[in-house]
Amino acid sequence: MSWWTSPATETQISHGDRFWLYVLVAIIMLFLVIPTLIVIPMSFSDSQYLEFPPEQWSLRWYGEYFDSTKWMRATVTSLQVGFLTLLVATPLGTMAAYALFVSGHRFAKSIFLLLITPMIVPVILIAIGAFYAFGRMGINNSITGLVLAHTAMATPLVMIVITAALRSYDLNQERVARSLGATRIKAFFTVTLPQIKFSVVTAGLLSFLTSFDEVIIAIFVSGGNNATLTKHMFAALRDFIDPTIAAISTIMVGISTALLLAIQFVGSKKK
Amino acid sequence: MNNSTALPISIRGLTKKYGDLNALNSVDLEIKSSEFLTLLGPSGSGKTTLLMAIAGFNRPDAGSIKFGDAEMVLTPPHKRDVGMVFQSYALFPHMTVSENIGFPLKLRGLAAKEARGRVDEALATVQLSGLGDRGIDQLSGGQRQRVALARAFVFRPRILLMDEPLSALDKKLREHMQIELKQIHRQLGVTTVYVTHDQREALTMSDRIAVINDGELVQVDTPEAIYNRPKDQFVADFIGESTMLALTRDGDGRLSFGAEIISSSTPDSSVSNWRLVIRPERLHLLEGGANTSEKQVVFRGRVTEYVFQGETAFALVALNDTTILSVRFGTGAGSRLRSLELGALVSVGLMREDVILIPEEGQM
Repeated sequence: MSWWTSPATETQISHGDRFWLYVLVAIIMLFLVIPTLIVIPMSFSDSQYLEFPPEQWSLRWYGEYFDSTKWMRATVTSLQVGFLTLLVATPLGTMAAYALFVSGHRFAKSIFLLLITPMIVPVILIAIGAFYAFGRMGINNSITGLVLAHTAMATPLVMIVITAALRSYDLNQERVARSLGATRIKAFFTVTLPQIKFSVVTAGLLSFLTSFDEVIIAIFVSGGNNATLTKHMFAALRDFIDPTIAAISTIMVGISTALLLAIQFVGSKKK
Repeated sequence: MNNSTALPISIRGLTKKYGDLNALNSVDLEIKSSEFLTLLGPSGSGKTTLLMAIAGFNRPDAGSIKFGDAEMVLTPPHKRDVGMVFQSYALFPHMTVSENIGFPLKLRGLAAKEARGRVDEALATVQLSGLGDRGIDQLSGGQRQRVALARAFVFRPRILLMDEPLSALDKKLREHMQIELKQIHRQLGVTTVYVTHDQREALTMSDRIAVINDGELVQVDTPEAIYNRPKDQFVADFIGESTMLALTRDGDGRLSFGAEIISSSTPDSSVSNWRLVIRPERLHLLEGGANTSEKQVVFRGRVTEYVFQGETAFALVALNDTTILSVRFGTGAGSRLRSLELGALVSVGLMREDVILIPEEGQM
């Protein structure tokens, strides 16, 4: 029982003393992960209905998904909106974070808080607000509307990530660059941006995920040919439950996990 | 490469306020072409604000900054053609040493071949030849300092600005770099403005020192003049060690301390109260009973402390209950004193040439 009695920290606490903690953490992690993972075996079922554990295995629901024009169109919409949100939110949030970080203006803090309110306000309120506002502007059920709403959700994330990056950056570098003959914009692009680029990439991936996973706003402001994958899934769950949903969920979990791993990879490479 | 394009800097009435705080209060300063001028002052005195105004990173509320004949107040930093070294070095970590130094050359569109030659030349000047391909994180503190310096002069700027560039180095290296910077300055001949709060560094390196306090220039002079003839109590106190004795003036204008007449006349009759500034190393311990003469003033007191510090030692000599003189002397056989023990009665001499008189504070 050498592991059991060996010290777990620099103090006298041994792994045995801590064993209950390990068990507790394992249970918490299972609780967090099981709901996400349970759809994976269900998606490989041969049954007409969602069942766990599946009695017979098959890939038919993946076939169902890939053969359906409706699902394919929704997938394209989601990818399109996610990508456009990334393209709009990343530069927008980066510029806002940079400006507020550098300015030292006395209202900079207040403006920052104002800009990150979409993270704090319940999403349903934003969805309702967007629905009425977009109704007036005639951009409900359009890609434009979705991208605008998702950008509002993603920009605060970008701002937080970029501000954190700027905090560990010596702004004197930009000053030096300017004294050496670079304009402010040139100094930003040649000196500052290369050093915060990993954070910018991370922020971009997070923006994409924010949009790609989002369902509440999508339910309100997307529809018709421009309904997102998540909106279709929600509708499908309500109307008729079949394992196609499980197949799609599995694919989405896969994409999200891949992106999060990519962010982790980018983050560790920075050091 | 003596720099024929070095420019004088003329600063007139420069004022900068931060809220209610007067960071700079109508500063006038003429910096000569090719001069090494140090802005010396305590933290918060305004020295960095002044440097940043010269660099173009803050815009003064009033006043003028001229490089040669050209007004610069409204010129953005990248058009001022000023090399700058920061305290943090601010090297670009995503570039190699050569890329760092070549950065200003690239911005000026120099051909790659010529740029490489200039970078190598700069590397040689700061004694880093052959390290061009290193990454910044592979350099020691002293090497980083040299790269920052090379980057600041490689494009042959008309003016070089340095903001406490040596303060992150340890004492030995700092003292070495002071001499090296001075030599590089002589070699380049570029007008240099150097900011420090370290008076010894200022004395070591400068052609002239501008002492700044509370946003105002107190005294601008050569190191010798600043040290030997401080204008007021602040300068006397800030630069070097000193003991100050309040003097009394008699009806004939003579200034004396106790029974000893320090000066037979008042330097400026509009000021009534004067102080004597005594530098510890200008005092010398006397054997036996020497008396005040035409050549020197003699003080008598008891030794209350003796401290050995290696190259020098100092003793505290109490003249009376409230006045204690600090005396600094060499530790060699020639300057040692037989009778120097705690409680001993000693005589301390001050040559009349070393008498420094300053007006009592608040009487300027």
